[in-house]
Amino acid sequence: METVAIQQGQTETQKNQTTTLSGSEAVLQALLGEGVETIFGYPGGAIMPIYDALYDYTDRLNHILVRHEQGAIHAAQGYARTSGKTGVVFATSGPGATNLVTGLADAMIDSTPIVAITGQVFAHLLGTDAFQETDVINITTPVTKWNYQVTDATEIPSVLAKAFYIAGSGRPGPVVIDITKNAQLQKFPSPPYQKCTHIRSYRPSPIIRKEFVEQAAKLINEAQRPFVIFGQGVILGNAEKEFIKFIEKSGIPCAWTILGMSAIPTDHPLAVGMLGMHGNYGPNLLTNECDVLIAVGMRFDDRVTGRLDKYARQAKVIHLDIDPAEIDKNVKATVPVWGNCRETLPMLTALIEQKYYPQWLQKFKDCQLKEEEKVIKEELNPSGEILTMGEVINVLNELTDAEAVIVTDVGQHQMVACRYSHFKQTRSNITSGGLGTMGFALPAAIGAKFGAPHRTVVAVIGDGGFQMTLQELGTIMQFKTNVKIIILNNQFLGMVRQWQQLFHEKRYSFVDITSPDFVQVAKGFGISGQSIDQRSQLRDALKEMLDHPGSYLLEVMVGKENNVFPMVPQGRGVAEIVLSKEEV
Amino acid sequence: MFNVQRGTLDQNHYKMNKQEYTITVYTENQVGLLNRIAIIFSRRKINIDSLNTSPSEVESVHRFTIVINEVEEVVRKLCRQIEKQVEVLKAYYNTNDEIVWQELALYKVSTDEIAAKVKVERLLRQYGARAVVIRHDYTVFETTGQREETDALVRVLEPYGLIEFVRSARIAIIKSSVGFHEKLQQFEYREPSESTMENEFLNDNEKVFSM
Repeated sequence: METVAIQQGQTETQKNQTTTLSGSEAVLQALLGEGVETIFGYPGGAIMPIYDALYDYTDRLNHILVRHEQGAIHAAQGYARTSGKTGVVFATSGPGATNLVTGLADAMIDSTPIVAITGQVFAHLLGTDAFQETDVINITTPVTKWNYQVTDATEIPSVLAKAFYIAGSGRPGPVVIDITKNAQLQKFPSPPYQKCTHIRSYRPSPIIRKEFVEQAAKLINEAQRPFVIFGQGVILGNAEKEFIKFIEKSGIPCAWTILGMSAIPTDHPLAVGMLGMHGNYGPNLLTNECDVLIAVGMRFDDRVTGRLDKYARQAKVIHLDIDPAEIDKNVKATVPVWGNCRETLPMLTALIEQKYYPQWLQKFKDCQLKEEEKVIKEELNPSGEILTMGEVINVLNELTDAEAVIVTDVGQHQMVACRYSHFKQTRSNITSGGLGTMGFALPAAIGAKFGAPHRTVVAVIGDGGFQMTLQELGTIMQFKTNVKIIILNNQFLGMVRQWQQLFHEKRYSFVDITSPDFVQVAKGFGISGQSIDQRSQLRDALKEMLDHPGSYLLEVMVGKENNVFPMVPQGRGVAEIVLSKEEV
Repeated sequence: MFNVQRGTLDQNHYKMNKQEYTITVYTENQVGLLNRIAIIFSRRKINIDSLNTSPSEVESVHRFTIVINEVEEVVRKLCRQIEKQVEVLKAYYNTNDEIVWQELALYKVSTDEIAAKVKVERLLRQYGARAVVIRHDYTVFETTGQREETDALVRVLEPYGLIEFVRSARIAIIKSSVGFHEKLQQFEYREPSESTMENEFLNDNEKVFSM
């Protein structure tokens, strides 16, 4: 680590104030020094010294014993996403560490701050194929922002300080610290813990170039049909207020990516909905009609852009992002505005004129009407007897007054939940966006509840995804986590089935999934629940779930072969968005 | 490969414009960093033609020299991904006319052959080769130069029984560089100038900016 600045700030007396600690104690002292309260983890041979030290820290550190290491890291992700703090994970060597990989990849692509501490075999056994030895550093390199192997306890304070600094600053991401068992056991004189504030080779945020802000403002002021699209950068930068001021002064309609969702209230008059493959009709269609496209804290994922050579070709693009590698990566920026949008947005707001684009906004409203007519009406108020996913979300919105944290898994239910959920508060939509990790929701909801203990947390999960990580019901049981679980059961792996129907001549290859009696399963874990399949039961069942004093599982049987529309079919441009299967 | 860019040229044009680029990376000296840099290329299925790690003009700062054959657009993106790594200070890319570069080659031939055939000795002199080791059974020559020169000598020696041949990675000096001392100081004192921080890319962008 770059210790120049830190050492310079240390006086001789401070240096002398050392205490003898074991490496394990130093790890826990570092966590306390970073303000960590909650750890999600699972013990094992190579991390036993840390767990032994933890035995004396349970009054200061809350350790949540999960049922599988994947559950630990998804819980830490959920925790980080609702709390804004860095999620902390403990796992042992070998299988413990490899079980983290999916969550690390998920946190990497969704920019979630995580510090994962893994035990490792004794340093003298490295490379000998020792029991539970895997090359954790090399396995996790592509899916971490930074990783480091500690073999000497004296490194622990500075390495952990660096880990938290890197995970939480700039564009956040996961960090793995692999600590050999001998380093955990080794005693050493430790100076008081100090946070890291600077690493010479690491620049969390680029310098803001004023001339580009000015050029961006000029483009915006001259625009006839400007359009703002925003992502999680607004939330990660704590720039929600700055963003709202910007759109309200500029009067520009704005649409969110799936991870940007909830940064502003869903019912904001300038909010026009969600972008992407199953986003709203207007935002997709009109991306190709705007003259200036202002992208804030988003990375032009292929699920947002559709076919790139048919994406916003007519528009000048202003791209605000903290990560210089995102500029020009997928979509060429006319004006790049590098920096934290919490700083760049107010600069831009100061330079733009107060405007309003009634005709342009009307175009979005017209599209919305068309979408309501062709898709939304039937989804939220179905004419048929069988329940739809959309109406469940619709009633849930009403009963929670749009104040709940909604955690979703991956698939049709995720798209429906994100399309129809209403939000009033930021950090309320927790989902696996970039990686699309089935099994994410249940453990993430546990973490989300620990990150926002006073909020209602509702996990919306499909019948497939729930069966991937349902062992975490055990964690809910043990720690009495108040998580509300809704399983939207269509008895299919619905999203794959939808694609097979639309693009593979209805050849339903291995999407017909059998489920256990979910209510009985929950009962086995001491969790109350019920299953419903009638519209007449829906409101009362949701109410009972929300009013129940603890966790609750509600299974809702929904239409087996319902599809999510609108849709931008893969390989097509955003303007080729379709509203029904007849148009595909 | 990356996706086709807005407002740029089609795939064919891309292919036609592939050329050799030398990427120079200033880094901290850290275990595992080589892998972090290497996988940026392998993830995109880009082959590294040559890779060298060495000390740099600044004590404690390491210097990677990487040669690839690619189009500029891709090389620029690769450099940004490399710079994103925590322990990377800076990454530059240059075409061959912007650098001075050399490779080192070693050739092992039978001493008897060399002694017997005067022509070989003359050829070696002609190619600027130097004897490193002379033993009764074999002799090792070295040359430094560019790929064409070291390759040419291989073809010359082959008829006389080239026992072993090895060539090092490219090392390169950037003609226009003023070195890394000043930039490193800026990084250390948290006062990087605009040119140090975000440099080339933004400045290039200025040229293509149009209102």
